[in-house]
Amino acid sequence: MKPRQSSFWKVFGIPLGIGLLSAAGLFAALLGDGGWDALSWVGLGVPAGIGAWALFQRRG
Amino acid sequence: MKSKTIRRWSFIHTWTSLICTVFLLMLALTGLPLVFHHEIDHLLGNEPELKQMPADTPQLNLEQLVAKAQAHRPGEAMQYLAWDEEDKNGVIAIMAATAGTEPNSSHTFMLDARTGETVEMPSANGGLTLFLLRLHVDMFAGLPGKLLLAFMGLLFVLAIVSGTVLYLPFMRRLKFATVRQDKSTRLRWLDLHNLIGVVTLTWALVVGVTGVISACADLIIAAWRQDALSAMIEPYKNAPPLTQRAPATELLSIAAQAAPGMEPDFIAFPGTRFSSEHHYAVFMKGSTHLTSHLLTPVLIDARTLAVTAIAERPWYMDAMGMSQPLHFGDYGGMPMKILWAALDVLTIIVLVSGIYLWIVRRKAGKA
Repeated sequence: MKPRQSSFWKVFGIPLGIGLLSAAGLFAALLGDGGWDALSWVGLGVPAGIGAWALFQRRG
Repeated sequence: MKSKTIRRWSFIHTWTSLICTVFLLMLALTGLPLVFHHEIDHLLGNEPELKQMPADTPQLNLEQLVAKAQAHRPGEAMQYLAWDEEDKNGVIAIMAATAGTEPNSSHTFMLDARTGETVEMPSANGGLTLFLLRLHVDMFAGLPGKLLLAFMGLLFVLAIVSGTVLYLPFMRRLKFATVRQDKSTRLRWLDLHNLIGVVTLTWALVVGVTGVISACADLIIAAWRQDALSAMIEPYKNAPPLTQRAPATELLSIAAQAAPGMEPDFIAFPGTRFSSEHHYAVFMKGSTHLTSHLLTPVLIDARTLAVTAIAERPWYMDAMGMSQPLHFGDYGGMPMKILWAALDVLTIIVLVSGIYLWIVRRKAGKA
């Protein structure tokens, strides 16, 4: 594998996963209530949680 | 990536962001309370409340309700009847000086389907949330305002795409979610801007694109009238103007027969932009979760009550229908609304930190 390719996956691997999870969450709640709603809370909760965690991290 | 390529993307990111940031900040700030507009209107006492009556109290028929509405606002034309989502006895009536009057000059109120009693809906005609909504939708500038905001939305999408491209060279030597806390304030905010930007990417793209689609609603409806509606009402081109419309009483059962398995969403009366001069249009929605956002209009001759046509649903009307929940975030209960608000706040932080980073870099360049 060329070094450039590997750096692409190194950099974008996790963001891509989070992006797919968010997309699944956005779509899930369109399909039904109950479990589908819960799935959307997880899908959107992950990006919201990471964002909030980063902001409130104290300087080490 | 070559440094020349990086400079190019950086240029695109800087300028698309700078141009749209002020508008996007306004949209994000007004959108935040709008996520909770139901709750706010309840608190302010602006939501209609129907009387408690026995559960099996019979409902009036549609024409009786129309008569009650017309007695309430004599001299005005009925534009739309819709069904309240929370209370099945609530029928929302929209009336205006003429059937063709533009939506912002209409008056919305509620009828109790059991008694025909009218209940005002202050939140639909004025007040805080409607003010915020008008700012959010068109900045009180009508179609030009909507199109300007649609353009800003497109710039926002470009800024997101270019920002994602730039994420690669910035993060090549850093682990995901690294925030350099103690080097400098600029580095800390650069890392936060990149991290929050990349995790909220999907949500921001979806809300951005669906916002652009919603902002183009007037054009989409005009295209639908041109494409789908005009062919169907062609035989009525030379018909004399409608003087006496047939009673609305049976509209729902006629529409239900024409479109089995669907449920009524709203009725457009003759002369509105969702019907023709000679037709009632009963908009039927699908009965599953997903298809409940997709509307199929049944056109009913307003003189004979014969079904003229079940209008086709072009893809762009479906796109508009699906854009609404995906933009409002109102389809997954209160937890989803709270997450929607959190992601909105995070987007505000990305916007503001972006301006900050630009200012700091400019200052450094001058020094």
